[in-house]
Amino acid sequence: MKKIKVIILKEWAEVFKNRLVLSTVIFMPLLFTALPLIMIFTTRDSGMEELSSDMPAQFSQLCSSSLTGGECFQVYMVSQFMILFMLTPLIVPVNIAAYSIVGEKTTRSLEPLLATPITTIELLAGKNLAAAIPAVLATWISFFLFIAGAWILVRSPGVIAELLDLMWWIAVLVAGPLLSILSVNFSIMVSSRVNDPRVAEQVSVIVILPVLGLFFGQIAGLFFLNRLIIIAFTLLLFLLDILMVYIAVRLFQRETILTRWK
Amino acid sequence: MIVTDNLTKKFGDNLAVDRLSLTVDEGEVFGFLGPNGAGKTTTVRMLTSLIGPTFGTAIVNGFQIGKQDYDIRRTVGILTETPGMYDNLSAEYNLQIYATLYEVQDVSGQVEKYLRMLGLWERRKDEVGSFSKGMRQKLAIARALLHEPRILFLDEPTAGLDPEASRLVRDFISELRKQGRTIFLCTHNLDEADRLCDRICVFKTHLLVVDSPANLRAQLFGRKVVFHLREANDFLALTIQALPYIQQARVIDNKLVISLDDPELYNPEIIRLLVQNGANVQFVGELRHSLEDVYLQLVKNK
Repeated sequence: MKKIKVIILKEWAEVFKNRLVLSTVIFMPLLFTALPLIMIFTTRDSGMEELSSDMPAQFSQLCSSSLTGGECFQVYMVSQFMILFMLTPLIVPVNIAAYSIVGEKTTRSLEPLLATPITTIELLAGKNLAAAIPAVLATWISFFLFIAGAWILVRSPGVIAELLDLMWWIAVLVAGPLLSILSVNFSIMVSSRVNDPRVAEQVSVIVILPVLGLFFGQIAGLFFLNRLIIIAFTLLLFLLDILMVYIAVRLFQRETILTRWK
Repeated sequence: MIVTDNLTKKFGDNLAVDRLSLTVDEGEVFGFLGPNGAGKTTTVRMLTSLIGPTFGTAIVNGFQIGKQDYDIRRTVGILTETPGMYDNLSAEYNLQIYATLYEVQDVSGQVEKYLRMLGLWERRKDEVGSFSKGMRQKLAIARALLHEPRILFLDEPTAGLDPEASRLVRDFISELRKQGRTIFLCTHNLDEADRLCDRICVFKTHLLVVDSPANLRAQLFGRKVVFHLREANDFLALTIQALPYIQQARVIDNKLVISLDDPELYNPEIIRLLVQNGANVQFVGELRHSLEDVYLQLVKNK
């Protein structure tokens, strides 16, 4: 555990000196918190009494009968942006993890590091946690900031109940960390196969596409997130994470990294 | 301390190290010399368990590579060709990280010991990025020593350093030798190898030769003594050449250059004979071929 801890602290000491990484960790979650709050604020007085026929039918079914049309519209609009809480744990660690291995290669610090009696599991666990912990914390903090803001801005207890549906708690508290692990391992995999941190970042960003798909799919009205979809998505993520960790460990061949990917 | 047996490494079709068999004794400074691309770094990487051999085996500090890699990494120190420090972290923090990874018990004590020993204690809080090349190299040496390894692999320890920094590093290596550590020294600096190494190995994908620098000189060039005379001439050379133990005697610019096996034994007799024949002997000294001559001769011949 000591070695994992020292790798985590070393990574943080290094990456948080990088302003770009630091701003990604701080400002992106803040922006993603502000957007749904702005949406709450701007839809407070929609004046709608009946549900608009433009809204997806699945959504109309999801809105409880106690909500007015305006409140249901507010829930609908804010929900579109709450998916952003699932993007934070994907995007934030990419910056940290993509630099993780390739950064060590460019500074030539990888060889002395690999020459120490650290196991591959310890090294990858350290690098994983160093990238995932800030991302998960940033996501959770921004979600709790959103809840606090929503309590202040939302007038109807019914709307609050809808926005704090179990689905979102699962999405943020369970799926969030799983998304981080997926993102980190994908980035480390890419990072150990390329030589330039910028390339590593660009390729690693591919991992956010599935969640972007959810975001745009919902905006386009192709589907609407509900508890069942989120639980199924979370289970799928869990399986994907196991697979991704397995592949990342298998691909992390010290010899190949040192000799082929110079 | 280090025994290799037919150690071989291939990268695809490229043979990097070919059946290397050698022994490095405890407390020895062993110079590993060879041209660029000869496979020196690959050999060091195999011996420090960073990469595995394609064929053959090696025992390092009693542990077999490929089977006891963790123990090898735990008990050897390595100075890689480039220091590879974390530039935006302090010198002290850099060493603390590695001391923990090397499972050092007294992390702060060992870090302080080596920062002081290498004259970096006053700069311990500074980022390594602000250090000169020599300071970075010293810090990298400190890193390699934190866990008190009995075997040290040093890959080009003075490469790119100014003369003063090079001397500091060399003196430090001498100090380590006095402590009885075994040092496997890869270097292009033949003068450095000559000064520091008990034995050298000339290597170019496969082993060319292993011996002490003095023995190699003697084997390749024999021993030569230079007699500086006020006025040398061919008669003196012919007189000396007639002695049974003299291999060759030549006159070069008022100097008589004599090849023989045992100068310590025969020099007094030669001097007497020269004086008897009217020569004024000014100085006498041994003509030492540089290790560079030895190295070039070996690489050229093989």
